[in-house]
Amino acid sequence: MAFTAVLKSEWTKIRTVASTSWTLACALLVTVGISALLCSFVSSRFKDMSAAEKLTFDPTMTSFAGMSLGQLAMIVFGVLVVGTEYSSGMIRTSLAAVPRRASFLFGKLTVATALALVVGLATSFLSFFLGQALLGDHGIGIGEDNVLRAVAGAGVYMALIALFSMGVTAVLRSSILALGILMPFFFLISTILGAFEATRKVAQYFPDQAGSKIMETVTDTTNQVHAPYGPWGGLGIMLLWVLAAVLGGYLVLKKRDA
Amino acid sequence: MIEAVGLTKRFGAKTAVDGLSFQVKPGHVTGFLGPNGSGKSTTMRMILGLDRPTAGQVTINGLPFRELPNAQRHVGALLDAKAVHGGRRARAHLLSIAQLSGIPEKRVDEVLGVVGLQDAARQRTKGFSLGMGQRLGIATALLGDPQVLLFDEPVNGLDPEGILWVRNLMRQLAAEGRTVFVSSHLMSEMALTADHLIVIGRGRLLSDMSTQDFITHNSAGFARVRVAGNGPDGRVILGTALTKAGGRVLQEPDGALRVTGLELPRISDLAHETGVRLWELSPHRASLEEAYMRMTQSSVEYTSTDDPRAELWEPEPLTVPDWEEEVQAPVVPAETAASFFAPPPPGSAARPFLMPGSPADLAPAAQNSPEEPR
Repeated sequence: MAFTAVLKSEWTKIRTVASTSWTLACALLVTVGISALLCSFVSSRFKDMSAAEKLTFDPTMTSFAGMSLGQLAMIVFGVLVVGTEYSSGMIRTSLAAVPRRASFLFGKLTVATALALVVGLATSFLSFFLGQALLGDHGIGIGEDNVLRAVAGAGVYMALIALFSMGVTAVLRSSILALGILMPFFFLISTILGAFEATRKVAQYFPDQAGSKIMETVTDTTNQVHAPYGPWGGLGIMLLWVLAAVLGGYLVLKKRDA
Repeated sequence: MIEAVGLTKRFGAKTAVDGLSFQVKPGHVTGFLGPNGSGKSTTMRMILGLDRPTAGQVTINGLPFRELPNAQRHVGALLDAKAVHGGRRARAHLLSIAQLSGIPEKRVDEVLGVVGLQDAARQRTKGFSLGMGQRLGIATALLGDPQVLLFDEPVNGLDPEGILWVRNLMRQLAAEGRTVFVSSHLMSEMALTADHLIVIGRGRLLSDMSTQDFITHNSAGFARVRVAGNGPDGRVILGTALTKAGGRVLQEPDGALRVTGLELPRISDLAHETGVRLWELSPHRASLEEAYMRMTQSSVEYTSTDDPRAELWEPEPLTVPDWEEEVQAPVVPAETAASFFAPPPPGSAARPFLMPGSPADLAPAAQNSPEEPR
């Protein structure tokens, strides 16, 4: 009974602040918009691509091109859901009403992740269908091999990015700190380290790089490097990161004074 | 009922709360007093399980807060008026808290009415004044209709009407048999609101008694004596006599003497015996605020001994004379006393009189006490 009560309360909390709709709408619009832009660009230049590029062209992955930016909004959503409890002091009001901190945290994470998953799936399907329509002849149908896995996986990826951010914020107990670490990490560090041969061996185990493998339907494309794990393996690695972050957040909340 | 036993909290090397033991009983408003930084809020937070005690424990109805089933229905708390998400509307904030304990939505509107925030229910809380925030916090505390209520500085930021409202609310909640624990650093406010006072300083318990006892024990009385012409000779003669008789004499800056430990008739007799004329002999009582300051000041900082004013503040082993019980004397600041108390009318100088509220009280007081010694 107690846990459903926490879920209800967290649902009320999440739907009554403006930041929820702003960040989630941003995640959807940025991902779909940039993906569509890139798809129409690729479509118009397809004939100029090399034969090898044409052979290994991954239309599914291409239609998720905007996700590297759209995920940043998802990160902000995840950070704010947990971080505002600390920055506003609401956490003390919350914990003075729910003394059991495990149900408080996991109730919050459940509601926010479920919402992120819904928005993530809407984003991935919208992005996919719009992208394929713009790619025209070079596009791919949802019924082809691995495509449904990739599209659904992209939605799951977004939800996991949000959950990872929530876990990290629960560890750091501050929105500013969490944003200051997560944003540069996903926007710059992970991308830059992944671009160089020497650092790629480490970067490929970062949550975003491993997790985004789930969106590929063609392996070993010319601009993708071979990874020592498949799409599910990659998602598994990302899941481990998420579990570690959430567990860390739980331990911090449990041990420390609020 | 809240019970703390040996409650201790250390933050690194600093001890915020030091071996605190007390009980907060139902049916009373219990005031929790202490200067800023004395450990009040930390204690409150430990009661609510937000901070883990370094040692000792605190229980509510016999259970630590974290183990209370459906805690919100047993304990309501206002800790920090600003501990709300500013972007959320007042009603949504209360609803989210209410839903945690399955409290029906109707109750949210009820408490909004109780604290007078009906019209602000749909406002985002970041636009709230501190007073409105306090009201919202009080509404949060009342949500579960709990038997135990904790309020940390509830009157901060409230206007006089709001302060009166909080005072009445506390008393009403206590009258309903609830346990009401209110912290404040304002003695004057607590003296009006609380039936019982727990005073702490530097995390240690300084006093735990009923407000009435606190007043009796701590508001030390003294007599102000002014010799005729303010001459130093008379002052020395009288001062020596008074000290010999067992009184303690302190000199005020304007030459008047503060005498403790002797009753007014005795002072008058001694003045008569030594042949010193008096222009003033008046009973005074240190205000509760002064008593509280005196009590907590030593636990906050050590005042230097070469400051002559520090002597006036020093706690003294005073017994409250019987006559002090009868009247509540308004305290007159030393520097205005000389002008305020005109030389008494002829004949009354050698007579002990009760502290007059106005000059008119003087005559009946003198007439009604013919049996008093001269």
